[in-house]
Amino acid sequence: MQASIKKPRRSPLFWAQLAFTLTVCAFLIVPVFMSMTAGVTLNYMTGVSGGLTTQWVEKVLTDYRGPIVLSLELAIACLLCTLLLGIPAAYVLAKRQNAFTRAIEELLVMPVAVPGIATALALIVTYGGLGGFRTSWLFILVGHVLFTLPFMVRSVLAVMSSIDLKTLEEGARSLGANFTQRFFGIILPNCRSGIIAGSLMVVTLSLGEFNMTLLLHTPLTQTLPVGLADTYASLRLEVGSAYTLVFFVIIVPLLIAMQWASNAVSQRKRI
Amino acid sequence: MRERIQLAALMAPGAILFAAFFLLPLAQLVVIGGSGKLGWSAYWAVFTEIRYLKSFGATIALSIAVTLFTLGVSGIAGVFLERNRFRGRALLTAMLTLPLAFPGVVIGFMVIMLAGRQGLVPDITDLLFGERLVFAYSMAGLFMGYVYFSIPRTILTVMAAAEKIDPRLEEAARSLGAGSFMVARDVILPALKPAFLAAGAICFATSMGAFGTAFTLATRINVVPMVIYTEFTLQANVAMAAALSFVLGGITWAALAFARSLSGSSVAASG
Repeated sequence: MQASIKKPRRSPLFWAQLAFTLTVCAFLIVPVFMSMTAGVTLNYMTGVSGGLTTQWVEKVLTDYRGPIVLSLELAIACLLCTLLLGIPAAYVLAKRQNAFTRAIEELLVMPVAVPGIATALALIVTYGGLGGFRTSWLFILVGHVLFTLPFMVRSVLAVMSSIDLKTLEEGARSLGANFTQRFFGIILPNCRSGIIAGSLMVVTLSLGEFNMTLLLHTPLTQTLPVGLADTYASLRLEVGSAYTLVFFVIIVPLLIAMQWASNAVSQRKRI
Repeated sequence: MRERIQLAALMAPGAILFAAFFLLPLAQLVVIGGSGKLGWSAYWAVFTEIRYLKSFGATIALSIAVTLFTLGVSGIAGVFLERNRFRGRALLTAMLTLPLAFPGVVIGFMVIMLAGRQGLVPDITDLLFGERLVFAYSMAGLFMGYVYFSIPRTILTVMAAAEKIDPRLEEAARSLGAGSFMVARDVILPALKPAFLAAGAICFATSMGAFGTAFTLATRINVVPMVIYTEFTLQANVAMAAALSFVLGGITWAALAFARSLSGSSVAASG
């Protein structure tokens, strides 16, 4: 590492690789910027020179207000569920490492391994008959919780396995702390980084979940990504772009925070 | 004993939810798959009826092509980013991993931005050859989209593995007279092999199960998740959709189980 900083002369191979990597980066980032500008241009065919407007964004915010609000509510509800279910589960998996808990871990990732459309179909053939449940947003919430729970469990479990849980707990116990005090006073604060990373992941994935939601939703419980697909299919490019812009404004800060959180975790590991 | 009950109580809410809303529905899905007008031979039809066989063949071929291409691209970029320190490296890495959790529908729209009717690639080919090359709404567009969502996480895996390579191995090879090519072939690639296999399996599984991208680009592309969707919604053939889902889920689950056996941790959200 030090050597490469001292040596300012780069080989042609370095420049070739840099050019290649920049091309890959352009492939990923250019369409993001294109859609963001398209969302605020008056007419995409004439380009930015034709004038800028907020009319498309305004149209999206009025026409798709319901789906956007529902998605935000779903993401928060999903986060609460995964926190309540996932942290205790991760604690058990960290405390007991045997064939049984490994099997549970395997099972837990299945909703991610099995395509969302299959899980959604399974939920519909089993609970689709329960009219009130089928048409409520709770039906979507169940799918989102199944899909995001493994990410919360794994994220928290990774931190729990890297700290010396046993010594910490024994220390607290010898000082007279009961289980509740230990759990909230010792375990949770020590897993903070894992909980934060897991939470960001859960919210991001819930906000963007489409594969399951397309089958689980009803006309009255449309979510943001389902609405996105709707605009892509039937409305002009500017409206689709404006809606994507709204989505990016919500999701990109979360993704950046996620990178920041995972850097913090890996730096801690290195120390 | 008391601790055991405590742990069981902590695990119980998650376990109950999981059993009721995932394991039970999945079992129900298997039964439904065998209850259509074909009976249990619906599962057999998945492998014998030419329409489904073709669809599986196309999806598997596409997924393998995406996997190989992504491994090549991410291998070069990931190794480059890990082994060189230069200004802007952190920003470049951040941009390359930003689309990590973009939903499939949005990625479909990114492809439309690049290669759709009003896209960037047609504009460029028009300028160069006087002909607009539009390929977003075909298998090629799907290939582009799947590569798009596979690159970020594959680069992360490659970087994590490249970080662990002992620099002394490369120094030893160089002092013995090996050039850059030989170092890459005999030192770096063998060291990255487990990461490549794991990342490849994840890439393959997510491409097999991806639905949002195909849904956005075209309903005419017969990848398996799309066939499941049309069987269920348009044909109302729930049994066949269930049988197809089960087989597809089996394939993706097996690929991810293979990846987990190599790397220990590999949960990946599908596009």
